[in-house]
Amino acid sequence: MSEHIVSKNLYFLIFGALMVLTAITVGVAFVNLGPLNNVVALTIAVIKALLVILYFMHVRYSSRLTWLVIVGGFFWLAIMFVLTSSDYLTRGWVSFTR
Amino acid sequence: MSSINSPFDKPFEQPVDSPGGRMRPVPAERNYLNADYSVRSWLLTKDHKRIALLYLFSVSFFFFIGSIYAMLIRLELLTPKGDLVQAATYNKLFTHHGIIMIFLFLIPSIPAILGNFLVPLMIGAKDLAFPKINLLSWYLYMIGAVIVSSAIMIGGVDTGWYFYVPYSSNFSNTYVTLAGLGIFVLGFSSILTGLNFIVTTHTMRAPGMTWFRLPLFIWSHYATSLIMLLGTPVIAITLLLLVFERTFHVGIFDPTIGGDPVLFQHLFWFYSHPAVYIMLLPGMAIISEIIATFSRKNIFGYKFVAFSSIAIAVFGFLVWGHHLFSSSQSVFAGMIFSFISFAVAVPSAIKVFNWTATLFRGSISYDTPMLYALGYIGLFAIGGLTGLFLASLGMDVHLTDTYFVVAHFHYVMVGGTLLAYLGGIHYWWPKITGRLYPEGWGRFSALIVFVGFNLTFFPQFLLGFLGMPRRYHAYPPEYQVLNVLSSAGASILAIGFTIPLIYLLWSLRYGPKATDDPWMATGLEWRTSSPPPTENFVETPIVTWEAYEFAPQETMKVVGKLTPDDKPDRSSYSGN
Amino acid sequence: MATQTLNHADAHHDAAHDEEHHPGLAHHFDNMEQQRDSGTLGMWVFLVTEIMFFGGMFLAYMLFRASNPNEFAAGSYQLDVLLGGINTAVLIGSSLTMALAVFFAQTGNKSLLVLFLLATILLGFVFLGIKAVEYGTKFSHGTIPGRNFKVEHKKMEEYEEHHHGDAAANVDPARLQMFFVIYFMLTGVHALHMIIGIGVMSVLVFFALRNRYSPEYHSHIELAGLYWHFVDIVWIFLFPLLYLIGRH
Repeated sequence: MSEHIVSKNLYFLIFGALMVLTAITVGVAFVNLGPLNNVVALTIAVIKALLVILYFMHVRYSSRLTWLVIVGGFFWLAIMFVLTSSDYLTRGWVSFTR
Repeated sequence: MSSINSPFDKPFEQPVDSPGGRMRPVPAERNYLNADYSVRSWLLTKDHKRIALLYLFSVSFFFFIGSIYAMLIRLELLTPKGDLVQAATYNKLFTHHGIIMIFLFLIPSIPAILGNFLVPLMIGAKDLAFPKINLLSWYLYMIGAVIVSSAIMIGGVDTGWYFYVPYSSNFSNTYVTLAGLGIFVLGFSSILTGLNFIVTTHTMRAPGMTWFRLPLFIWSHYATSLIMLLGTPVIAITLLLLVFERTFHVGIFDPTIGGDPVLFQHLFWFYSHPAVYIMLLPGMAIISEIIATFSRKNIFGYKFVAFSSIAIAVFGFLVWGHHLFSSSQSVFAGMIFSFISFAVAVPSAIKVFNWTATLFRGSISYDTPMLYALGYIGLFAIGGLTGLFLASLGMDVHLTDTYFVVAHFHYVMVGGTLLAYLGGIHYWWPKITGRLYPEGWGRFSALIVFVGFNLTFFPQFLLGFLGMPRRYHAYPPEYQVLNVLSSAGASILAIGFTIPLIYLLWSLRYGPKATDDPWMATGLEWRTSSPPPTENFVETPIVTWEAYEFAPQETMKVVGKLTPDDKPDRSSYSGN
Repeated sequence: MATQTLNHADAHHDAAHDEEHHPGLAHHFDNMEQQRDSGTLGMWVFLVTEIMFFGGMFLAYMLFRASNPNEFAAGSYQLDVLLGGINTAVLIGSSLTMALAVFFAQTGNKSLLVLFLLATILLGFVFLGIKAVEYGTKFSHGTIPGRNFKVEHKKMEEYEEHHHGDAAANVDPARLQMFFVIYFMLTGVHALHMIIGIGVMSVLVFFALRNRYSPEYHSHIELAGLYWHFVDIVWIFLFPLLYLIGRH
């Protein structure tokens, strides 16, 4: 069996990290950082998601195919966001009328 | 009996002279069709081949319903005045035609019927990876189909098959919600089929069946499955939002309270443009098989054709904005989408060129499947190239919502997908049923379909270019000649579809028995009996030849006896 | 002519041999490893479709927030950050118990497997209970999107006081609804996924009690775990995006 068993202590460690990051994200939200608020909140959320994916979901120990599937999924999500934004952000850049 | 080449003669009893000098009754060969005759064994089957047949019956039924709507539309357009039906009824006619043909016929047709039947056979597996999920997907299809049909029967839908807001959300008082829910369920059916194909292709291949020995049919279905998986969830959420908007009047797509109707178009076409390739790629899958078999040559540039399928799947997701050129989408984004749309032509052209190059100096035989395939290449080329007209930003503003668009996508969908589907049904009919269809009638009806198709849709290019808009039940008298031609063509086309229905049903009882490999083709599906046994192969096959290698048949025997602890080639993904 | 070499990995054969008659092995698979790999891949592929499903709503969120930034800040201010925070902790906790359930399935400890599955179900119910309290508050104030949408004036005044003289205080009450549309859609679909997860988990408890799982055969638990963690990840994004904008 090629299955990798993650130790219990690592699970507890990840859980602790997730709780600390949750506390940080709540704390930071009450401080006015201007546009940085969004950046910080999303960065922390991405880190938390990565921790869950890599350890709770065992992806760190998974095959390359699993990695490919996950990266592909997020890549397609990015396509949807980027190309839709390419419409909303560029309205008025070029106009039919002079 | 079965063909001289079959490695599977042994398990089945041969007719033997009994001591009395008379032939002993020959026991029928055990196959997936005669394994069990009870209704229960069909409705609860987990055999991919039987599920494929369940799909064949239900999908064909809806094809004929959709065709009836097409005939009504063409009948109305015979005369300039709207004298057959009222405008509101006409709106429902084309909406029902579109919804049925797209969601109930084109999307499931080739993958769920031929794909379901052939994917495990072609890669040498006993079944798809998740047989129960496969059966579930058929039930979801039926539930979705029943919901959509009931929406049509209790009053119908009049929004057009793409449900544009705000008409569909705030104004239409037809059964949009019910139809939307039905398509939502159909989406799950499609997702489960795609999921099964992807996993099966990765984990169920027979020993020796490497990625580049896979038939191109598998590559195309893999690409199709990618689109089903990545696109379908988005239309699911879009329709869910629409249902919410209609039910609770919450204003997601209503600009007066901060909503955004263009968002609907973005989300809708994020799925529905790639969905065009869900319909197209499986057709290409069939054509690659037929062209190779009937030219008796390896496909020219196998890897290019294989990767062009993947490229079409990927590029297909980058171009949806070309459906929004005449909405309030930014012109700059329109230019980007226009540019990328042209890029899709490259992998499509690679396929067409490589098929043509395969024909070059091949020993071509013009059997029915080949006639459909040759027709496909020509019609798909016309459909594809007119697509480039529409992908050009300026040109599209003139042609949007005219019959030019209608003709374009019918060349791709009917001239492309439907011809490929018919070609595929004929090509694998001996394998599916164990019977041969009458070849003369086959060729005759293929020609009828080709003529009828062109007569129906070529005039529509001209009509569109002259400015006739789609979706109107009346038109100025100067368009009548072309419309009459189109309606006449539709009648011929209908005859062309009816003839195969009759002779294929006839062949089930009276057709000559098929050998294991009637076309002398190369795929693994021809290395087992016709029709195949429930477990597909009596022994797990070991593949030692390349795809489309027209070697002497003895060398393509499924070699060796495989013990149960042999397993498929997985070197391609397990950690190396 | 074809190469006569076979590309399948011979190394796997010995490992595969001794488990070929496992009762959990479906007829169309050659061995347990092939079956498990198929299940895992299938689940991941399914989760990718879930990413796209939620992605559509996140896209709507992004566009609506971009066009109505103040209304989103004001709407977010009306949510209960304490309850949201507690729920985040509860859900992360349930992910931990789920991960431990998988651990005890791998190591073949049946009673602890059942215990942690039950703990996960319990935490799931706690999450849904708190969610129900939040929804109830919104219903009682009438801040439900639709024709009868009402603005909760007390909260709006608090928010305006908080942003006194600030450009962010400029809120169009009619468009405030957009925030709540997205809020109810996202959290509602998320809660539906939780309910499905709890249902699946209950079946697994039943199977586990009937000794169906062993260190060789426990894919169900792993796959349910992947699903549950995914639902957790969605919430990890929902919490800051819904509860924490417009607090400062």
